[in-house]
Amino acid sequence: MTQTLRPAIAPVTAHRLRARLMWLLVCVIALAAVVAASLALGARDIPLARVFEAFTGTATGETDHLVVLEQRLPRTLVGILVGAALGLAGTLMQGITRNPLADPGLLGVNAGASLFVVLAIATLGVTSPAGYIWFAFAGAAAATVVVYGVAAVGRGGATPVKLALAGMALTAGVTSVLTLVLLTDTTAMSTYRFWAVGSLAGRGAAGTADTLGAVAPFLAVGAVLAFACSRWLNVLSMGDELAHGLGVHVPRARALSMLAAVLLAGSATALAGPIAFVGLVVPHLIRPLTGPDYRWILAYALVLGPTLLLAADVVGRLIAQPGELEAGLVVALLGAPVMIAIVRKAKVAGL
Amino acid sequence: MTAATTIAGSSGPDTAGAATDSPGVQVIAAVDRHRRRRTLAVLTVLTGLVLTVAWASLSWGGQAGAVLDYAATLAGGGEGSGDFRIGTLRLPRLLLGGLVGIAFGIAGALFQSVLGNSLASPDILGVSGGGSLAAAFAIIVLGLSGPVVGLAAFLGAATVAAAIYLLAWRSGVAGYRFVLIGVGIAFAINAGIGYLLTRSDVTDVRSALVWMVGSIGTPRWPQVFTLAVIVAALIPLAVIACQGLRALQLGDELAGGLGVRVEPARLLTLGVAVALAAGATAFAGPVAFVAFVSAPIARRLLPGGGLAIGASALVGALVVLGAELVSQHLIPSLELPVGIITGAVGAPYLLWLLATSDAREGSV
Repeated sequence: MTQTLRPAIAPVTAHRLRARLMWLLVCVIALAAVVAASLALGARDIPLARVFEAFTGTATGETDHLVVLEQRLPRTLVGILVGAALGLAGTLMQGITRNPLADPGLLGVNAGASLFVVLAIATLGVTSPAGYIWFAFAGAAAATVVVYGVAAVGRGGATPVKLALAGMALTAGVTSVLTLVLLTDTTAMSTYRFWAVGSLAGRGAAGTADTLGAVAPFLAVGAVLAFACSRWLNVLSMGDELAHGLGVHVPRARALSMLAAVLLAGSATALAGPIAFVGLVVPHLIRPLTGPDYRWILAYALVLGPTLLLAADVVGRLIAQPGELEAGLVVALLGAPVMIAIVRKAKVAGL
Repeated sequence: MTAATTIAGSSGPDTAGAATDSPGVQVIAAVDRHRRRRTLAVLTVLTGLVLTVAWASLSWGGQAGAVLDYAATLAGGGEGSGDFRIGTLRLPRLLLGGLVGIAFGIAGALFQSVLGNSLASPDILGVSGGGSLAAAFAIIVLGLSGPVVGLAAFLGAATVAAAIYLLAWRSGVAGYRFVLIGVGIAFAINAGIGYLLTRSDVTDVRSALVWMVGSIGTPRWPQVFTLAVIVAALIPLAVIACQGLRALQLGDELAGGLGVRVEPARLLTLGVAVALAAGATAFAGPVAFVAFVSAPIARRLLPGGGLAIGASALVGALVVLGAELVSQHLIPSLELPVGIITGAVGAPYLLWLLATSDAREGSV
């Protein structure tokens, strides 16, 4: 497989490689800075030295240490994982559907997860975020199976256009049912609206450890599969016929890429609610830096996704003190102007 | 098979005079006739369905006599028994629903064609969202209700559309840039709505939610007339826009080469689409997904997948009226906002079409 695909990928000059590695390094440094900020800043600002002490276990300033270990560390971990998952899933979705509007919610992932969570709240009386996880995951999976099934069953198989349309159509139908439940059940509405904006906070260390433990395997498999699919995505971006001609089994490549995307997006939604925008914007931020090679875009997404989401979370803690804004809100409110500026300025790379 | 042989037969040295009745031309003419017949058939069936649903919703619950009596009153006779129930309640509601459907159907078709993306509809770009945010702000923060909310929504939608256009302008508006900026703005707007919904009283949230899914409510005649005038004024413009749109779909360079002034043509199309969507939103809210599903359904029904403006308008009207019928009678004690049902009516049908249709990538 490697042999057949190699000629399809443009030879990368040494200069280009250096530039890509340098930008990746810049992104990693940015992520480190944001992680430090996420551990140190908030309703109670803690100096970085204190944060460090909390990890090494030197016993001074009990409260600071508790805040770091019990509150900020779990939250930061969730942010890193969710951000990375969303970044990867968004890149995969845009590659699979060859549509620059594709995001992790596109294939019905968020709609399915939302519907199952609302039904869990309304009919089973589940009200804790830890209780939503499996419902969110099951909903995401069910929705994707429907979308892929509908798109794949007709003549011509699961083409990008049919996938995108089927995903949006399912979202439309599910939203109808969802709104119906919400309007007839006020309790469900008042609980659901907080889940729906997407937040990294509100679990505590023990809860987070459980949830992360449960979701981590899915995330890991999804991420590995994503990188395994990156070569296929490169070839698929030239069109189905050409990809087929180059020896790629198109339906299988697309199905496996979708599986990776759903594992990642479903886990992210289960952990933090349907956080919009990160998955959409991350690939667009990256393409001007790397060009169209999906192996590089995915590598960057792994770093840039968490950076964006954690930065939004930190800003959300700082601008609305003593309360805070959910990361899902901040990332869209602050991210949109950035995205618009980039779309206006860059020679935007089409798909 | 026969077509192939006849075309092969026509490839001989035709003289210019004989070209009109050469076999090749005859084949093309036959295909053309077939296509026209199919288009006509689809349009007729859609019109018939719209009229059937309209009759059903007027005469529901044994009111057929009242409908006929009202019609007689309009013609100068009758006893006036249908005046209130039909003339004041059901007919304005029906007409407004139909107009809203037509407006959203055309708006969606224009958006998707001019931007060259099947996901580009006022729902997905921030245009409907701008209306929703303005309306939610008016309801939740300013405590308003009634027609003022509609006006706020119109202004919100128009402002957002203008902002997207201006932001996307860089010596011309490429469809790609317009769509991406629209989606970015849509996400920011959704976050704004999410903020309003999480920071306010549950009853306010409820009424905002009802408004944001879209409902026809109980309109009065002046409202129906206003929207009718808006839609009637915009449809000729939409038809004009289609002329340029056919060329635009070939790509900007080719369209320019054909003598189409690309930017004015695109601005006209977008302007008409936004005016239709914002006008309908002002009277009924952003009825969920009508603009999104109508055009893809229409295009999959028609042969060849053209612009399908007329068919999209009919599908839009059918979706809204069908949803309206279901929403009023699904749960007897509870009247649902129509936007709750439009997604449930249109989406499964689109899914079914996708599952059964052949792959027609070019028709997007």
